[in-house]
Amino acid sequence: MTALLSIRDLSVAYRGNGVEVPALQGVSLEIEAGERLAIIGESGSGKSTLALAIAGLLPGAALVRGTIEWSVSQLQTSRSFTPPSVLPDISLARGEIGSFAVGSPPATLEIGESSDDSAISPLAREMSGRTEGGVKELQPKFVPLLGRDIGFVFQDPSASLDPVMAVGKQIAEVAHTHLNLGGPRAYAKARTLLERVRLPDPGAAMRAYPHQLSGGQKQRVVIAAAIAAGPRLLIADEATSALDTIVQAEIVSLIRRLVAEDGMTLLFISHDIALAAELAERIAVFRHGKLLELGTTAEIVNAPRHAYTRALLDAHLGLDTGPLRRIGAPA
Amino acid sequence: MSTPLLAVSGLTKRYRRGGKAVSAVNDVSFAIEPGETLALAGPSGSGKSTIARLVLRLIEPDAGTIQFEGGDFRSLGGAALRAKRARLQMVFQDPLAAFNPRATVARVLDDPLRIHDLASRTERPRRIAALLERVGLASDLAPRAIHEISGGQRQRVAIARAIATNPSLIVLDEAVSALDVSVRGQILDLLLDLQATERIAYLFISHDLGVVRAIAHRLAILDAGRIDESGDARAVIAAPQSAIGKALVAATPRLDRNTAL
Repeated sequence: MTALLSIRDLSVAYRGNGVEVPALQGVSLEIEAGERLAIIGESGSGKSTLALAIAGLLPGAALVRGTIEWSVSQLQTSRSFTPPSVLPDISLARGEIGSFAVGSPPATLEIGESSDDSAISPLAREMSGRTEGGVKELQPKFVPLLGRDIGFVFQDPSASLDPVMAVGKQIAEVAHTHLNLGGPRAYAKARTLLERVRLPDPGAAMRAYPHQLSGGQKQRVVIAAAIAAGPRLLIADEATSALDTIVQAEIVSLIRRLVAEDGMTLLFISHDIALAAELAERIAVFRHGKLLELGTTAEIVNAPRHAYTRALLDAHLGLDTGPLRRIGAPA
Repeated sequence: MSTPLLAVSGLTKRYRRGGKAVSAVNDVSFAIEPGETLALAGPSGSGKSTIARLVLRLIEPDAGTIQFEGGDFRSLGGAALRAKRARLQMVFQDPLAAFNPRATVARVLDDPLRIHDLASRTERPRRIAALLERVGLASDLAPRAIHEISGGQRQRVAIARAIATNPSLIVLDEAVSALDVSVRGQILDLLLDLQATERIAYLFISHDLGVVRAIAHRLAILDAGRIDESGDARAVIAAPQSAIGKALVAATPRLDRNTAL
């Protein structure tokens, strides 16, 4: 496996009322190209801060230390990129877990010993506190661009869409901006994307305004816009949490299909360990801004190393587990 | 069988949308016994929250009857309705939206005691402390503002407020849906404990069948304003008969589907 990006000792703090509130503390992890990685945690775990940091969306006042290093060759892989047919190398993943569990600095992974030495970019993206300024300073170097290299899907699709613009135009704008497509071709691309996200009657949907669509349909539109430019990384931050169970399952299945078809890497952020387990190949468990453990989905679910992961699994209320509590007889 | 605590029959509520009538709730009937939990589950727009609001008489139905504690709840008005409302309480998903965010915890709990004349002014601080203790909160939380405390603490305050008037039925509308899973388990335990000791019945509205299975005796599954099937909660979830019941069960995330070692 080749890393799409390597996060090294990333710490983020927010300033509020003169106090620094840590949101992420010393997080190191690799996101493999083509994998589906879930980040799970409860409120305040730092999972959304991690997503924002990767996407370069942290507020300017955030204090950031550490590096996020992208593989340029992976980002520039053509659209015809096919996902690796082999599962992630589990022995490598175990090595990572070991080094994280003891809280030591990230181990130097021997990825370079494989045939593709050039995959790891020499162009580290040094994160500065002032995100926007930092991006400008780094212009000569390679900086992944949100929308083109990274697609981002948030929890609330209504907040991501312009309420007074037809959805077809909103998607066409992405195609125009990042793929440099002219008007008619951008609109044709938007229509193809609406078909790909399986909106009923894509022609009518092109002209629809967000308020005319259901929550699940709006999230499909947001996903269409997020993948319009063919990003290598798709980040879904609680993208199904506001949807009912049935629509959630449909959106998860849509994300799974699109990620496979386009060979994208998926970062799936969720509070729901069971949902993460259905979609992801690996799961990283966060709590209080720290990465507690990282492993294959089977390892995390069947053999968690951390007591907190066990507590999360125990707190899951499934349909096939034994009775978790005694319900008293009524009346 | 004794008279049910709550008996709803033929409940119907129509809205006008784009010039045509849409039935949000269509001829819905169910009953809840004292100390029993009935869950209503269904997809978005299936009418479950509308039913909650109809039962609470926050909105009025177009048709149907609501019998509560042996009387016609829909015919009540004025002082009689206010008195009966003490027996029928509610907890919503987002207590921050339900409470004045600038109010203190003490104020939120003082209101029902004062409005329903349940305790004298001098007695109320002691009652508030007892209510906080009953829901597992420290009494020194009383002077804190509602917006300062955690989501789990706020939902405990919402439950304390609901039980302040000694209700026989509490309508819980997605009351644990926004909570972290560890907190959710504690709140469900608290609800089960209150039910066991106070014999409170719950109308428990949720889209999450895992939660329903953990707390409800019976389950009614709704789709498009109608009850498509109902029965023992675990039996319905184990072998759903309706199309929507099957879809809900199939869509519920499972830990074991993708994790065989």
